[in-house]
Amino acid sequence: MDQRNFLYMFYGFAAAWAILALYVLTLVARERRLRSQIQTLQRMLEEKEQNK
Amino acid sequence: MTRERVLYLMGGISAIWLVRNLYVMLLALPDEVEQGAIYRILFFHVPSWFTCFTGFFLAAVASGLYLKTKNSLWDTLAVASVEVGVAFTLVGLATGSIWARIIWGIWWTWDARLTWALITCLVYMGYLMLRGAFDDPTSRAKNAAVLCIFAFTSVVITFKAIDWWRTQHPGAVLSIRTGGGRIDPAMEQMIYQNWPALMLLAAVLVAIRMRQETMQRELEALRRRTHAF
Repeated sequence: MDQRNFLYMFYGFAAAWAILALYVLTLVARERRLRSQIQTLQRMLEEKEQNK
Repeated sequence: MTRERVLYLMGGISAIWLVRNLYVMLLALPDEVEQGAIYRILFFHVPSWFTCFTGFFLAAVASGLYLKTKNSLWDTLAVASVEVGVAFTLVGLATGSIWARIIWGIWWTWDARLTWALITCLVYMGYLMLRGAFDDPTSRAKNAAVLCIFAFTSVVITFKAIDWWRTQHPGAVLSIRTGGGRIDPAMEQMIYQNWPALMLLAAVLVAIRMRQETMQRELEALRRRTHAF
């Protein structure tokens, strides 16, 4: 392969994958937060219904 | 097969496809005489824009269907498509900027194509931020749907900018627009092979984001029930 501008080609590929990886990580973090919040609220509701 | 397994399968196929494409890009394709290795960025740059434009088109159609049917599933599809589309827009902007640094000697220029691409990205980021401004899910979906339909005009202008104005950004090279002769057929094929691989990845991300939007609605309903006690 022609080695001219190879470093910037690498930067381009790395930037593309880094942006997508970062987005996937935000999706994973959001899913975890949502699951945890839903579980907490469900527990709160169950407790409130029991104390009624 | 469960929905979860289908998503894993699609993600796996997309990953294998993208790795195979990387191999072809780096080791099998011929070199470009003037640009050196940097021209290979094109194989991510162009398909990323195609992917985000497809996402924004899908979001506009889904928004129209939401306004017509008031079915929240369409709103869920719209927000998921826009968010994934914005991620691919950022890939398109970043890869284009890195390519420009070598070929033009600058990271950025305010020519019509680049400026409209940035405006498109900002408009769809605005769409995502606007959704956060509404507490009522119905108002949120209705206002977001209207904006999403109008926002698509920015996609059309971005796409046509190279035809309507003289730009520093290169003109059309793909044979579907030029009739051929502007790009090596092997290089053009690589663009068409990487696009569906990225589309498959985008489809997985949209499905995951749709599930999260459904969870968000469930969370909001639970909050309302908790406050009602």
